[in-house]
Amino acid sequence: MSATAARPSDVLPGLGRKIGSLRRERRWALVTAYISLIIAAIFMLGPPLYMLLTSLKTSAEIADLSRSPWSISEITFSNYAQILGDPMFRGFFYNSIIVTVLVVAITMVISVLAAFALARMRFFGSQVLATGVFLTYLVPDTLLFIPLYQIVGGLGLLNSIWGLVLVYPTLTVPFCTWIMIGYFASIPKELDEAALIDGANWMQMLTKIFIPVALPGIIAATIFAFTVSWAAFVYPTAFITQPDSMPLTIGVVSQLIRGDTFAWGQLMAGALLAALPPVIVYAFLMDYYIAGLTAGATKG
Amino acid sequence: MAQVTLRRIVKEYEGGVQAVKGIDLDIADHEFVVLVGPSGCGKSTTLRMIAGLEEISAGDIAIGGALVNDIPPRDRDIAMVFQNYALYPHMTVYDNMAFGLMLRKFPKAEIDRRVKEAARILDIGMLLDRKPKALSGGQRQRVAMGRAIVRDPKVFLFAEPLSNLDAKLRVQMRTEIKKVHQTVKTTTIYVTHDQVEAMTLADRVVVMNHGVIEQVGPPQELYHNPATKFVAGFIGSPAMNFIPCRLEQSGSALQVQLPGGAALPVPQDRTARYQAHLGRELLFGIRPEHLTEVRPNDHRENMAVLEAVPEVVEPMGMETLAHFWIEGAEICARLDPATPAAPGRKLPLAADMAKMHLIDPKTNKVL
Ligand SMILES: Nc1ncnc2c1ncn2[C@@H]1O[C@H](COP(=O)(O)OP(=O)(O)OP(=O)(O)O)[C@@H](O)[C@H]1O
Ligand SMILES: [Mg+2]
Repeated sequence: MSATAARPSDVLPGLGRKIGSLRRERRWALVTAYISLIIAAIFMLGPPLYMLLTSLKTSAEIADLSRSPWSISEITFSNYAQILGDPMFRGFFYNSIIVTVLVVAITMVISVLAAFALARMRFFGSQVLATGVFLTYLVPDTLLFIPLYQIVGGLGLLNSIWGLVLVYPTLTVPFCTWIMIGYFASIPKELDEAALIDGANWMQMLTKIFIPVALPGIIAATIFAFTVSWAAFVYPTAFITQPDSMPLTIGVVSQLIRGDTFAWGQLMAGALLAALPPVIVYAFLMDYYIAGLTAGATKG
Repeated sequence: MAQVTLRRIVKEYEGGVQAVKGIDLDIADHEFVVLVGPSGCGKSTTLRMIAGLEEISAGDIAIGGALVNDIPPRDRDIAMVFQNYALYPHMTVYDNMAFGLMLRKFPKAEIDRRVKEAARILDIGMLLDRKPKALSGGQRQRVAMGRAIVRDPKVFLFAEPLSNLDAKLRVQMRTEIKKVHQTVKTTTIYVTHDQVEAMTLADRVVVMNHGVIEQVGPPQELYHNPATKFVAGFIGSPAMNFIPCRLEQSGSALQVQLPGGAALPVPQDRTARYQAHLGRELLFGIRPEHLTEVRPNDHRENMAVLEAVPEVVEPMGMETLAHFWIEGAEICARLDPATPAAPGRKLPLAADMAKMHLIDPKTNKVL
């Protein structure tokens, strides 16, 4: 097939060169794309690889500056064994999971309901509210943690994972609501009208039409909420000082760095273990992330 | 099954746009009524008010004798087919049709029976497990109709259901819709801007323009006795010709004096009807199909001969259209294809004066 395309045309002489140059252009585009992708991949994967290598080394080998940090002479799993054998570290893990699961659940319930209302029920001020929701997201957490510290402290929730469960949604809800408004708004209006005539009430319309149709959006929002609350650093640093309430992000850092002693092997092992759940969640949810789920609703 | 009654229905959108300006309409049980009119005439708005998707600003709507002004769509017992089908994309064809019945808590067996029956009527039995995205436009349209049929509602509402289909499929689905109506006999209100669709489907056609009803009647009635200039020009294709004229006395009879000197005798039986307008400047209306070549031995009464010089001649196969101009008014005549018509050559035309119309240009009413 491609051979025919490259052959100078007998019927239309002179066209062959044109086709050939198009193919050459395409090849160059591909080569450039691959080169930049490879460079990007090296950049992105370099640090995790470094972490992996370091986590598999003994402390002595890490400290040996005469060797290349990218080589490894003797693989050891002792760092992992120490981390996983440490009940405190397992506690960090547990805290992170509890906080993240609750935050994702709270976020999705609030933002799906809010987005549905803002996208579909026209009421006084709904436009302003929708914009306001997004503006909230633009305020960085580095600015907010001081007033929030007062609030969380006032509620007596400092040094408690419940304080985090309360505070993280301020980061996740606005953005997830924004994503969901976009997805809901893209659902054709006739679909609601058909459902209304078919006998659905608002709740049935949401659960039986909007949520299934906007599933890709819901998954995107879930991934976002998961990532934000799993990786949150500023708020737990500010609100949590006791190790038994710490999530992984600050637990690893605060417990494995004592003064200026860095337990590098364990730090890297802990960080890699901490990075694992998001990878698993992404891989799992991506299977369900079937874009273009609305295809076929209307004339198309 | 039910009749539908509209009383002085008004729709005013925010910003003061009056889309519907107080219309009255009575639709009988089992009747197939088509709302037709040009873009923006308010036909969709009217249909959506009947469906309950749009609030009415004033007036009353009754379905099956019960006032439904403040009743939500789901309790009006209506089913609607949308222009862009509005199928639920995540459900199979079967579930799309079953959805309304499931929400209404019908027993499983009954749902199954109805879906299968509708699928049989529409010939989509083999598509039941497919998702909408795996269907062609015509198949989606059938599913949308199936979703309405299974509900067995009091009224079917169709919102320009065929305008997204290509010409051939549109004709086919038109027949299909008519067949379905003859089978299930549910009262049907159908909106379209296509007058051919309106004429072929309707028991009665409602012609709307600028938010008011111009005329209601069976297709033949609208064709032969249009009430207004708008209806006269809207129904029929090619459209009726309108030529400015003066009504004059000619002996004991009347005649239509056209610009350029031609005078056409008005049939005797119309004399009384038109007498009061003697001497007035009026519009002479005649359909292209009543303006033909002069046939030898034509024994029809009331034929008048008109000399014309066509400027454009369009052979259509079964007929030939000849276009010429009288004082800026474009006139179209339908000729037998054997007629030797050519642009710029004189052609005598026969006007069937028994089919003529006179229109008062002040009121736009047909006299
Ligand atoms: N939501 C709205 N807000 C304001 N004006 C509207 C709205 N919907 C329709 N209109 C106006 O109401 C009038 C009638 O609209 P409608 O949709 O009923 O026309 P239609 O007869 O269905 O035309 P078409 O053949 O183009 O569909 C139009 O002038 C339109 O601009
Ligand atoms: Mg419309």
